[in-house]
Amino acid sequence: MTRSGFVIANLFRKRTRTILTLLSVIMAFLLFGLLQSVNTIFNAGADFVGATRLFTQARVSFTSPLPISMLPKLEAVPGVARVAYQTWFGGVWQENTPLIMFSLDPQRYRDVYPEWVMPESQWQAFIHTRTGMIAGKQLADEYGWKVGQKIPINSNIYPQKNGSKAWIFDLVGVFDGKDEDWKKRTNLAFIQQDYFDEANQFGVKGRENFFILKLADSGHAEQVARTVDAMFENSPDETKTQTEKDFNISFVKQIGDIGLIVRWILFAVFFTLLLVVGNTMAQSVRERIPELAVLKTLGFSDGNVLGFVLAEAFVLCLFGGLIGLILASIAGALVKKGTGGQFQLTVDYHVWLIGIAVIVAMSVAVGLLPALRARRLRIVDALAGR
Amino acid sequence: MSELMVQIRNVTKVYERGRQKIEVLHGLTLEIPRGDFVALMGPSGSGKTTLLNLIGGLDQPTSGEITVGGRRIDRLQSGQLADWRAHHVGFVFQFYNLMPVLTAEGNVELPLLLTKLSAAQRRKNVAVALEVVGLADRAKHKPKELSGGQEQRVAIARALVSDPQLLVCDEPTGDLDRKTADEILGLLQVLNREHGKTIVMVTHDPKAAEFARRTLHLEKGQLLEQAAAA
Repeated sequence: MTRSGFVIANLFRKRTRTILTLLSVIMAFLLFGLLQSVNTIFNAGADFVGATRLFTQARVSFTSPLPISMLPKLEAVPGVARVAYQTWFGGVWQENTPLIMFSLDPQRYRDVYPEWVMPESQWQAFIHTRTGMIAGKQLADEYGWKVGQKIPINSNIYPQKNGSKAWIFDLVGVFDGKDEDWKKRTNLAFIQQDYFDEANQFGVKGRENFFILKLADSGHAEQVARTVDAMFENSPDETKTQTEKDFNISFVKQIGDIGLIVRWILFAVFFTLLLVVGNTMAQSVRERIPELAVLKTLGFSDGNVLGFVLAEAFVLCLFGGLIGLILASIAGALVKKGTGGQFQLTVDYHVWLIGIAVIVAMSVAVGLLPALRARRLRIVDALAGR
Repeated sequence: MSELMVQIRNVTKVYERGRQKIEVLHGLTLEIPRGDFVALMGPSGSGKTTLLNLIGGLDQPTSGEITVGGRRIDRLQSGQLADWRAHHVGFVFQFYNLMPVLTAEGNVELPLLLTKLSAAQRRKNVAVALEVVGLADRAKHKPKELSGGQEQRVAIARALVSDPQLLVCDEPTGDLDRKTADEILGLLQVLNREHGKTIVMVTHDPKAAEFARRTLHLEKGQLLEQAAAA
């Protein structure tokens, strides 16, 4: 028998209670690992390494459209091979199923996104059909759309000139991704920019939510981004140019301050955990007052007894915390794989370091008061049951 | 028997319960030679357990001197007293006070965690202690799997394993039937007569006191008389 063996034996004196408490700790740290990774994604700095496309939007927000007159200037920037543009359509399928749907120039978009795979005849149909629409395979399969059908789509932003928000498009093509990663992203739909400009009631014309810059050399991504933004600095349409990944993240940030939401969730989770585990430790010590007194009679010092109780709290938090973080790492890897790498939910060393710091802090928080009680107890009173 | 194991000079113990002060021992003086087996008897509230606690270093006197094994334990700080207890005193309680989560050998090994002995040496000492009390075959059993008498034997083995010179026993047979109690008391006699342990035992039971070499009576915190066993 060793001191650590004694600590573990005491931890499992009430096996069910300990296991349930351990499960709470595991769940808390699983959530922590995942949410902290989400936080890392949303707070990570710009990373231009390996970027083959850049997104240029209005500096204020991508909801503020940019003039199409910027297009030739963007194409003239050294390092830019081709420029496409997109406008958010705000499509809704049937009653209330929102779609990820944009209006664009079909040829330019095809040039900038070689990753989409579609028969040549369908590309040509899309380019030459004003009311044409193409949909990703995932989307088409989900709603049973077939090429040749007329697809009614509502826009929650743009009514037609006749006042109706119900638009009818001709589905002229279904595209797929070139590989497994891209196949997972085929939940999009596109319509012709020219038709949209002509038919919308607001008269919105020649304004795009963002430009997509295909780069001649991915090694110059950061330089191109700086050049573009410098070009429009101090103009009425200042820009923010970033990688596709960072653009997607900022898109999601429209929901709200993700970081703040995550922090509040974690605060609530760990506060509850503090109460649960703290109560378990306090109960455990209360039940063992005579035993702790006996330890002191045997010659264990006040400090030894305090150490035993703190060690129990630490072992409980450590086991649960490590298992939770390991599960978070596995879950993160599965999410990353499942989204084709779009959502890089990586529980990296940074999250682990913070996690371990939280384990230590939590151990002290839940163990200190019961440990101090154990340290302070008087042998004579404890043995007499006072 | 020669030389004193326990010397108590003019010891007073006062407890404070809220605003009340209760003087449990009044200027008590007592000597226990090395190798003695003393029974402390007295009515409830007479101070016998308090005296036992002071001799065992579980509490400190309000005034007076307590010397055990040549050491003034009334002068020791809490940490020093804990260390002293670990090496010089063994305790046996009425309700055994074994750790329910440990086996018999785990319980007996507990005091040895305070020593620098290796795991192998600790196991050896534990085996010897359990052999002495006749429980070598129950080493792997937890307290709930033992009878009352067996639990008390384990407690005695735990008290012996660090080879202390002094054993302090508080009603060691209080929770046992007559037959088992006599076995335990017989074991204590063996430890006293053959192993030279000095034993101070608190008991309510006159029959238990007969196993001791002499009996001291306490009443209202003072010694009344000393009676030597026949």
